[in-house]
Amino acid sequence: MDMEFSPEDLAFQQEVRDFIAENYPAELREKQDEGEEMSKEDFLVWHKILHKKGWIAPAWPVEYGGTGWTPTQRFIWSEETARADCIRLMPFGLAMVGPVIYTFGTPEQKAHFLPRILSGEDWWCQGYSEPGSGSDLASLRTTAVRDGDDYIVNGQKTWTTLAQHADWGFFLVRTDKDAKQQEGISFLLIDMKSPGITVRPIITLGGEHEVNEVWLEDVRVPVSQRVYEENKGWTCAKFLLAHERTGIAGVAASKRGIEKVKAIARTEVDGDKPLLANAFFKRKVAELEVDLAALEFTELRSLAGANAGRGPGPESSLLKIKGSEIQQRLTELSLEAVGHYGAPYFRGFGEGDNEHPIGPDYAHRAAPTYFNMRKTTIYGGSNEIQRNIIAKMVLGL
Amino acid sequence: MDFTYTETQDMIRDTLSRFLSDTYDFDTRQKFINSDGGRDPAIWTALAQELGMLGAPFAEEHGGLGGGALENAIVMEEMGKVIGIEPYLPTVVIAGGALKAVGGAQADAFIPEIIAGNAIIAFAYAEPQGRYDLANLRTTAKKDGAGYVLNGHKGVVYAAPWATHLLVTARTGGATRDREGVSLFLIDANLPGIVRRDYPTVDGSRASEIYFENVAIPGDALLGGEGTGLPLIEQIVDEATVAVCAEATGVMQKLHEGTLEYTQQRKQFGVPIAKFQVLQHRMVDMFMEVEQARSMTIMGVLKLGLPANERMAAVSAAKAKVARGAKFVGQNAIQTHGGIGITQELAIGHYFKRATMIESQFGSHDYHMDRYERLVLAD
Repeated sequence: MDMEFSPEDLAFQQEVRDFIAENYPAELREKQDEGEEMSKEDFLVWHKILHKKGWIAPAWPVEYGGTGWTPTQRFIWSEETARADCIRLMPFGLAMVGPVIYTFGTPEQKAHFLPRILSGEDWWCQGYSEPGSGSDLASLRTTAVRDGDDYIVNGQKTWTTLAQHADWGFFLVRTDKDAKQQEGISFLLIDMKSPGITVRPIITLGGEHEVNEVWLEDVRVPVSQRVYEENKGWTCAKFLLAHERTGIAGVAASKRGIEKVKAIARTEVDGDKPLLANAFFKRKVAELEVDLAALEFTELRSLAGANAGRGPGPESSLLKIKGSEIQQRLTELSLEAVGHYGAPYFRGFGEGDNEHPIGPDYAHRAAPTYFNMRKTTIYGGSNEIQRNIIAKMVLGL
Repeated sequence: MDFTYTETQDMIRDTLSRFLSDTYDFDTRQKFINSDGGRDPAIWTALAQELGMLGAPFAEEHGGLGGGALENAIVMEEMGKVIGIEPYLPTVVIAGGALKAVGGAQADAFIPEIIAGNAIIAFAYAEPQGRYDLANLRTTAKKDGAGYVLNGHKGVVYAAPWATHLLVTARTGGATRDREGVSLFLIDANLPGIVRRDYPTVDGSRASEIYFENVAIPGDALLGGEGTGLPLIEQIVDEATVAVCAEATGVMQKLHEGTLEYTQQRKQFGVPIAKFQVLQHRMVDMFMEVEQARSMTIMGVLKLGLPANERMAAVSAAKAKVARGAKFVGQNAIQTHGGIGITQELAIGHYFKRATMIESQFGSHDYHMDRYERLVLAD
């Protein structure tokens, strides 16, 4: 057991640093520093740079376009991209439907969809949740009825993240109404431009248009766009949920987040000292760092288990619970740190006076981010559901 | 970067685990901790001579297994699982660690005695006024010819009633809290002028108040430099702190497993109480604390070799997290057991008692958070 990087790893680390320094778009950096909201194009510009380099999907098998990196190199990659505050990559194609397709898909599905996910040509969204089915995902009611070589899909999905940009969606639909809940579900890939699909925005607490309602009315979907067997979609869904949970720890990003909080607390003044000298505030930062170290080493242990041939198991629920709690605590501290200037709202009143910005840049997104990040303990299987999973799968209760 | 155990490390764990499950069941433990001597010396002898376990962290040239901090952690975790009271921590981890660090003739002379099971060494470092500050020392060692004369009072010295030797921190110079002027001595436990008051501890061990009354000690009892011993003492206490985190992991795991088992047997309202979601989620929270304690122990082990400031920050982070976790798991194990949990009858309460003492051993949560902040969060 050791934490040393080999000379090859150190060389790789330098290569990654150099690559980011030379290739990360300056305009993107500027928008991030000013706390602006990111457009579809902003997300895609970095995606396309990485695709060109061949580094877009380190977690994928090499035969489908992965990098073939060792787990240590992947660790270095996520550390370095977070350290450099690179914009996050959209997970829907790369981390979600991509692995489902290369694991369960037909040769034709793999040949068509995987390259387009890698290149960023297709933007994906996830059609899972429904108005009536929150944590009880398997209770979903959207139906797909066979009609020749097509399914006719009817129903409503909700909380569909960034569906307004999406070219494609992966949907869980009911193909057998009489089967037990989880046994009558199929996994469909649906073209979002299909007639009968309507996407309506849901505006969340920070004022963002991030999630949507998706209505499906008599949408025709070729049977060839079903992944895996009919009524076996739950297998894909479970696989995907476990996959989603491993990345969800967000250790590297939270490390960067703590550095930002500290930078704010060194700038903000409390009495005649920086806020970071306030014993109470400082203790909260320190506790967060300690908890993040515990999360980091739990993830490293879990990765070592995965190297030893075990896939991400139900213990990844632990990473989701602790990772999301830490992400939320970070946003709490940022908002607390900015004091009065958490209040001004920068949306919905036009551009305002750009010459005289209100409050420091780092304060602009503090409250919206705090509001927005309440989602982390709710999505991907709420933290209560994660506890149920651990109780059942790990503790055997 | 590698997070796997070697075959030798797996073997150490398996061998010790098997030995302890044969020799250290709860009833046997209760018998010997309540006996006059408070221990069964045959166990220590067997650990040394049958298992070779006391050589786990020592070099092969001294007769050891060639390991280090990770091997100590493995042994301590297994000890935690049986709430063992064997003096592995002060003898092997602490005194052994000091001897490994200073090397030379003292290491050559003493390490084989530790490995053979002939030496039990208690660590006399704490003083009534000092809390967790290792430099807060009133005990003095005054130069006297080639040797020193020791005077002072050391408090709550675990394993001292069993010890053949004492590892003592004392001032050879400086004022009570100075970093300079601190020295470390390894002395015979039965020198004239050493007065002991022995007593049991709440977690099943034995300890002593030790009074040094003009105790003459030889010059070669000094480990390391005269007056410059504090960095060495900090290092070995950090190593000991990580070892205690490992022990805590074992204790916490047993508290959690015992609770899981109990809730599946205990029926209320016609069903096993493990069926209640509020208890399931509590036990998941306990599970997460156990896993994080294990992670922090590994972090501590892996960072012990870093430069002093990074090492101390990592060890403090680990101990702070483990202290909180130990309290959470211990208190919830008792709560979930209900009334039976607060009796002497069940093992669970005895694990809780050890977990509680571990919380503050080598520094409480607050102490380690303070130290962490000083090192990492300077404004």
